[in-house]
Amino acid sequence: MIETQNLTRHFTVNKKTVEAVRGIDLRVEAGEMVALLGPNGAGKSTTLRMLTTLLPPTSGTARVAGFDVTTQDREVRRRIGYIGQGNGAGHSQRGRDELITQGRAYGLSAAAARERAGELIASLGLTEVADRIVSSLSGGQRRRLDIAMGLIHAPGLLFLDEPSTGLDPQNRANLQEHIRRLRAEHGTTIVLTTHYLDEADHLAERVVVIDHGRIIADASPERLRSEHAGDRITLTFDHAEEARRVAAHPPGLIEGARIEHDGTRVVIEATGGARLVPELLRILEKENSAVVSVEVVRPTLDDVFLNLTGRSLREDGADLPGTTGGKDEVA
Amino acid sequence: MNTTLIGDTLIVFGRELRPVLRDPFSVVFSLAQPLFFLALFAPLIPAAGGTAETLQWFVPGLIVMSCLFATSSTGSNLQFEMQTGAHERMLVSPLRRPALIIGRALKEIVPTFAQAALLIAVTIPFGFRPDPVGAILGLLLLCVFCVGLGALSYTLALASRNQEWVFWGVQQTLLFPLLLLAGMLLPVDNGPEWLRVLSRFNPLTHVVEAERALFDGRLLAPEVAAGVVAAVAVAAVGLFIGTRAMRRATG
Repeated sequence: MIETQNLTRHFTVNKKTVEAVRGIDLRVEAGEMVALLGPNGAGKSTTLRMLTTLLPPTSGTARVAGFDVTTQDREVRRRIGYIGQGNGAGHSQRGRDELITQGRAYGLSAAAARERAGELIASLGLTEVADRIVSSLSGGQRRRLDIAMGLIHAPGLLFLDEPSTGLDPQNRANLQEHIRRLRAEHGTTIVLTTHYLDEADHLAERVVVIDHGRIIADASPERLRSEHAGDRITLTFDHAEEARRVAAHPPGLIEGARIEHDGTRVVIEATGGARLVPELLRILEKENSAVVSVEVVRPTLDDVFLNLTGRSLREDGADLPGTTGGKDEVA
Repeated sequence: MNTTLIGDTLIVFGRELRPVLRDPFSVVFSLAQPLFFLALFAPLIPAAGGTAETLQWFVPGLIVMSCLFATSSTGSNLQFEMQTGAHERMLVSPLRRPALIIGRALKEIVPTFAQAALLIAVTIPFGFRPDPVGAILGLLLLCVFCVGLGALSYTLALASRNQEWVFWGVQQTLLFPLLLLAGMLLPVDNGPEWLRVLSRFNPLTHVVEAERALFDGRLLAPEVAAGVVAAVAVAAVGLFIGTRAMRRATG
């Protein structure tokens, strides 16, 4: 569905060249659900804008839905759906009219566009508000209208740029449900950008981590976790003395793991940690070290990002030193 | 699935027009403006003949002026839609790029037709005598010119991005010299040499003169030919620059 080679995009800001995307090679097969994850300014949106023909690449090539984004841009546009960061419906328009216009823009007949608009209005729960002026709709309703517009021509490939930004948790959950259903029912290939970890984690089968305009990891959330971050096992002992002893002379089982000791607690970070715990407890019992409690925490994608870059994804929003902060919005 | 440029243009035009038709107040207000010019400015025009002769000269120019105000500000609507994301969504659709411009510009002409009809209706009792065929041809010529002007306004909106004051500043700065040099409100014939020369280089002058000839029924006058050339040239240049700006400005 998507194949890029060394896709690159530079911007000139105040006479300085900003390398927003620095050579991305990405292959997405039909039916995949892929999340591009990274902090603000990482180059996610710029990449998406090149794939959707909104932005010509500085160099490199991209084929989307079988066509080249630079030389066959209209063919690409016919075959993709795109839900951008903003609201797609005009403020002075009515939702239903915008949906019909959108259908017509994709070559549907007036009757077919009207029928399709009706279907989407019903399935996205917009019946009450579809004939109201768009500026009177709530943020969640507008977002659903955006989704309806992106789906009007039943595209085989759908791009979503930060789909849940600005939505409350309930609307975010609804949105994710719609995306999941879309995929289950129609086998739509979906590519979305997000800086919400849970969204990437829950929604995508494949997470492409982007930082500084490059792909730094590309795997399922599960594999990213097991390869780039360990489970965190916290053992609590009766006495600080015991904790210190265990931390100083760890059993061979957890050799090589990162071990920290703090008061009566020992924190061990190890891949496949949950499976280690029973054996670990047996060994410690033999050594007469009484473990009072055990806690195993699965790593988050933030831990993955932290281990990959040395920075936390959660810091975004603040300007990270050394990033092209906010470039995505400008683009 | 096969679409055409005309079909695409009609889609954009229809979309733009819908809110206007639904909110007729904006049209009613837009009708009032040329009436003020007619009532408060026309009596000041020095004319050898009577009221009828003044109107015959003034009304076609006034119609062009109304159209000029509307189409040159069409970019501001676009600017708003660029901020919300509506424009982006249209850009990702397979709609042809020129259709996005032409459809918008044509929509601005609709109120102009209403204004023209009203101006003609109120001035006929005072002796204005438009040639029916000429008037229709004149309005069509105006459409061509305004598509070009709308496209330039669109380019300005893209260039000034989110800074509305830049858009309005440039629009006003350019609009008034063009308007005054075109001899739209007052004839430039009695002006100094340099002003008359400048006026000849203003495409709008030729459009206004063509409109006057057409409304007079002089359909084959040389002014008409010059006006057609000027209008087509503005449309061609505007669409070329506008389409190119749109392809680039997405960066």
